[in-house]
Amino acid sequence: MKYVIIGNATAAIGTVEGIRSVDKYGEIVLISSEPHFTYGRPLISYLLLGKTTEEKMNYRPLDFYETNHVTAMLGRTVTSIDKNIKAVILENGEKVSYDKLAICTGSRPFVPPMEGLDTVERQTPFMTLDDAHRLAELLGEQKDKDVLIIGAGLIGLKCAEGILHLSKSLTIVDMAPRILPNVLDEYGSSFLQRYLEDLGMKFYLSDSVARFSTPNHAIFQSGMELDFDVLVVAVGVRPNTSLAEEIGCEVNRGILVNTHSATTVPGVYAAGDCTVSHDIAADTDRILAILPNAYQQGEAAGVNMAGGDKVFDQAFPMNASGFLGLHMITAGSYDGEAFITTTENSYKKLVVRDNKLVGFILIGDVDRGGIYTSLIRDQVPLDTIDFDLIRQHPQLMAFAKAERAKKLAQPH
Amino acid sequence: MKRVYVNEKWCLGCHLCEYNCAFANSGVDDMVKALKGKTIAPRIRVEESDSINFAVSCRHCDNPLCVKGCISGALSIQDGVISIDSDKCVGCYTCVLSCPYGCISTSEAGAVQKCELCTKNADGIPQCVAGCPNNAIVFEER
Repeated sequence: MKYVIIGNATAAIGTVEGIRSVDKYGEIVLISSEPHFTYGRPLISYLLLGKTTEEKMNYRPLDFYETNHVTAMLGRTVTSIDKNIKAVILENGEKVSYDKLAICTGSRPFVPPMEGLDTVERQTPFMTLDDAHRLAELLGEQKDKDVLIIGAGLIGLKCAEGILHLSKSLTIVDMAPRILPNVLDEYGSSFLQRYLEDLGMKFYLSDSVARFSTPNHAIFQSGMELDFDVLVVAVGVRPNTSLAEEIGCEVNRGILVNTHSATTVPGVYAAGDCTVSHDIAADTDRILAILPNAYQQGEAAGVNMAGGDKVFDQAFPMNASGFLGLHMITAGSYDGEAFITTTENSYKKLVVRDNKLVGFILIGDVDRGGIYTSLIRDQVPLDTIDFDLIRQHPQLMAFAKAERAKKLAQPH
Repeated sequence: MKRVYVNEKWCLGCHLCEYNCAFANSGVDDMVKALKGKTIAPRIRVEESDSINFAVSCRHCDNPLCVKGCISGALSIQDGVISIDSDKCVGCYTCVLSCPYGCISTSEAGAVQKCELCTKNADGIPQCVAGCPNNAIVFEER
């Protein structure tokens, strides 16, 4: 059996490990446009922040490809797939044949049309290690650059966290009326915004850049004008679906996969940010571009490609997105009955719908928050646990005795 | 493989496991020097109510969601033991968000910490179990 994996980030590595859990000997070829050894993609903001170094960013031990007998073709780009002869075709025309194929192509930055954007020389997206390098180079070490970030979602804000200490000033603009609208509720957004403003970030919300004029001058829809030295475009991402689409995989914004990570084309699997998942918390299909999801989808793809049977059917949004000392974990959907506790330094919201916990926000105190996540993941009926107790703090005491014994007195 | 298991009906709620854990992982060879006057941050924690107590530490799951969600590759599973490379951990807390048992905790150093079954310290066998006066936690195959 010969496996080909397009991609080299979390979903691709999950696929390798999934394959190897079943098939120790089949040939694996992994092809990636990026020239780097597999690295933790979300680490790029921590790299700029100084919390990691490039030497420590490897997502797996440096002998990973050898240990797993993977032929890694790095810095090579798949330009098309020929499903009739079961081969992928590279930029130089070279063909690599496969028996089973995994598409783990991730996503790319989405850049909306903005007049004059192409006249801005000192700009970068913030998705890859090379983007981080470029941004570090643009900023220099003098802390003398005024930075404008377009986008107050996770990518824009993690970028902001990473470079605040390297910037003379940092301004973030977003069309949405609040920051992190896909991760937080209104109160959480304003709580975080105040925290980040106290650290020196400036936000312009419900606003956007109407046009850029040279040199390095932005004119906003609201009429505000701003000079900047460095621009980061972090408006959003789009899944890379074209390779899959061209061979007839069904695509609806992202590549459609079943709970075995199989696409609608036989022998072709897909995982990670390029796919659509079924969100069990909101009971809806959506793109869930988060790392734990990518790994587990990839792992399921790998196991199933190798002839095993693995289902991943527990996808839902979850983010650990602390900023500069403020810890924050969130999960699920916020549509339901809310139980809220606030203090000066913390915010906690649990959301209940149909006798189940469907979502939560923990800002400040995140201790043992994963127990709440497990209630969402396992869709635990709340009338089977002591909900009043677990509302106060995440704890196993809230489960019935037999359930506690399962958790603590049995292997998992 | 051998894991730490809990017999909650025998737990006295004495918290000795927490102290033994903190001492074992302190790198100091005198318990008084290691713990006196310090706020301990053990990797095992006792949950208490009026009638029941029990100690909770990493279950070393075969399907470790902490490892699968780790953004940096700092958490890994080797021969069934899940360990943390503190040098690689950036403290993002995705593992805190992922662990169904609440067994990964934050530490002052920035990196998270968790039970590694005393495989990295001088003792080699779980000191929480070794010091439990009532066999309320055991280290065995199940």
